Amino acid sequence: MDLLNAIVALSNFVLVPAIAYGSQLALGALGVTLIYGILRFSNFAHGDTMAFGAMVTILFTWWFQSMGVTFGPLPTALLALPFGILGCMALVLVTDRLVYRFYREQKAKPVILVIVSMGVMFIMNGLVRFIIGPNDQRFADGERFIISARDFKAMTGLREGLAIKTTQGITVVTAVIVVALLFWFLNRTRTGKSMRAYSDNEDLALLSGINPERVVMYTWLIVAALATVAGVLYGLDKSFKPFVYFQLLLPIFASAIVGGLGSPVGAIAGGFVIAFSEVTITYAWKKVLGYLAPEGLAPDGLVQLLSTDYKFAVSFVILLIVLLFKPTGLFKGKSV
Amino acid sequence: MSAPVKNTLLFVLVAAMIAISGFMQSWNTALLVINMGLISAIMAIGVNLQWGFAGLFNVGVMGFVALGGLAVVLVSMPPVTEAWAEGGLGVILGLLLGAATVVAAVLVHKRLPKGRTRGLAMLAILIGGFFVFRAVFDPGVAAVEAVNPAGTGYLGGLGLPVLLAWPAGGALAAGAAWLIGKTALGLRSDYLAIATLGIAEIIIAVMKNEDWLARGVKNVNGLPRPLPYEIDLQNDPGFVERVTGLGLDPVTASTLYVKLGYSVLFLVVLLVILWMAQMALKSPWGRMMRAIRDNEVAAEAMGKDVTRRHLQVFVLGSAICGIAGAMMTTLDGQLTPGTYQPLRFTFLVWVMVIVGGSGNNFGAVLGAMLIWFLWVQVEPIGLWLMQLITSGMAEGSALKNHLLDSAAHMRLLTMGVILLLVLRFSPRGLIPEK
Repeated sequence: MDLLNAIVALSNFVLVPAIAYGSQLALGALGVTLIYGILRFSNFAHGDTMAFGAMVTILFTWWFQSMGVTFGPLPTALLALPFGILGCMALVLVTDRLVYRFYREQKAKPVILVIVSMGVMFIMNGLVRFIIGPNDQRFADGERFIISARDFKAMTGLREGLAIKTTQGITVVTAVIVVALLFWFLNRTRTGKSMRAYSDNEDLALLSGINPERVVMYTWLIVAALATVAGVLYGLDKSFKPFVYFQLLLPIFASAIVGGLGSPVGAIAGGFVIAFSEVTITYAWKKVLGYLAPEGLAPDGLVQLLSTDYKFAVSFVILLIVLLFKPTGLFKGKSV
Repeated sequence: MSAPVKNTLLFVLVAAMIAISGFMQSWNTALLVINMGLISAIMAIGVNLQWGFAGLFNVGVMGFVALGGLAVVLVSMPPVTEAWAEGGLGVILGLLLGAATVVAAVLVHKRLPKGRTRGLAMLAILIGGFFVFRAVFDPGVAAVEAVNPAGTGYLGGLGLPVLLAWPAGGALAAGAAWLIGKTALGLRSDYLAIATLGIAEIIIAVMKNEDWLARGVKNVNGLPRPLPYEIDLQNDPGFVERVTGLGLDPVTASTLYVKLGYSVLFLVVLLVILWMAQMALKSPWGRMMRAIRDNEVAAEAMGKDVTRRHLQVFVLGSAICGIAGAMMTTLDGQLTPGTYQPLRFTFLVWVMVIVGGSGNNFGAVLGAMLIWFLWVQVEPIGLWLMQLITSGMAEGSALKNHLLDSAAHMRLLTMGVILLLVLRFSPRGLIPEK
């Protein structure tokens, strides 16, 4: 019984949140990694792209809610998501046309593009704050829980409850669908294949008649979709605050680099590595150990390795370790 | 128009803009702009040293600036003797044990042959060391923070004159930069960017959460000042007599006097650092740095130790940012870790360097003054613009209120647009590198 309780407590506080957070990070890291693979720079504006997509979705969600349109037990934001994606696609295409294309034609050094993306980050950040303001916005509605702690206790008779929020379930399901679609696209369609070819070897791809502007456009469209989905899921699960999305940049980059920049599989693996280590290291293990330890040996303290405020430090340390010992990441990424 | 004339004109233009704001708004505002502009100029020189001279992409400026601010507390506040007696030993011992663990792990990594033994030994040392560190460190921290938590609750500083904190801030930032550079330099340029971005966040997190160090988000107020307090000046009959003789109101005069005093202090520091940076740029060392920046492979083939030189310039530039950070905290009179924002302290400094002209120290100074002026003035201008736009709208309409409220966020937008425009149409900046 104690073992079961321990497992339930572990799932409730560590596994479920980490899986949801990991899916969000993985989606964000996929966007970063695609940009890196095909446009060959680290996009500092990615966090703010996520915020922008999420913001458009929120605005549509509010509009739907005001008209009385809901999605039953699911959050209305899912209905608004396609519109958010379209809005975000429009923004990144305009940005690419006005800003990035010039440097691409000049064949500017990657570091220049990084600085340019810094400018784009400023503008997007300003836009989001300008339109929706810098404050917290909650837009989740529908059922709150798939299964609440109380129901779970009543069902199983265990002392520990297991709560799964609807948003967590949606996050994982959506992430699986999106990733499956992405891999199908990259591996099976002609455009996807040309994208991979362009990423592997630009010159060879050009020689085989692949149109680079087309590849770049599709990349931006996919990245916008990924960023919006990631942003909306994160906002549903926690809450929407522009500054938080900027801060997500660090764990997202850590995920992409840990997995190997330019490798989509690596981005997903990296997302989960970072999420699980953040949650396990900042979780207070007292409860779980209390069930597992023999009588009288239960720990007194919280048994928390690091306070939750240091979760950025965790992703950073993992990033450093991987960079020092395996600079190309867990799955062979590229180094330009 | 020759280059020197053009550059002088640019400086005169910025000075005129500040002077206009002095006449139109108030001299207090103008002096505030000048003071923070001077500090920003020092930060910009630091970043210019790293990016303009050596091509290192450091986006952790905020962290080094914050470390400089921390140094002010550690140097100038009086020590809290009771806290030292209660838990000082535990804290110091804990930190030493933590450092010893890391050193031991690094030694094991260097000495033992590669293999499973080495990995396991390192893991054992790190995990064991961590628990020993927590066991010694935590009670010490608890004891320190329990001493008068509302007033102190930290170890305090050394009680030395506050001006000493400026070089100390530089030294603290340099030490941190050395540690970061040792691990992150030699990697690709984007990786250095991510590493510095992360380290800056961590430094801020530490300063926010380690209450024993500098009270965390409870802030340290009332830092000692190198200049007299306004209220003392107003009570000083000699001062009052002198300013009334000049036809000034004593209250206004005292604030202006203090701000001017800071301006002079900052200007002296800026000139010294600018002179040193110019000398470095002209020296063989500066030429070597630019050679490395332009072609690392060629420089390495000529026998230059690229990684070491990078480490050197990274530490130097960060130290300058640390000095500027210490000066800023002195000017504020308080350390507030919650106010350090990467957009303001890292990316804005980058805008200054790029706009001014990377690789040129005078460009960095000009860019800093100009961008800081705009940063301060965009808000009133934006508000005015919004009032103009919304003047035709119905009073109290939601859109009007929203637009007026949002005017404050015009800053980031403007800075982004300026950065992109300069990068596109004048990528070498206002005063290009020679």
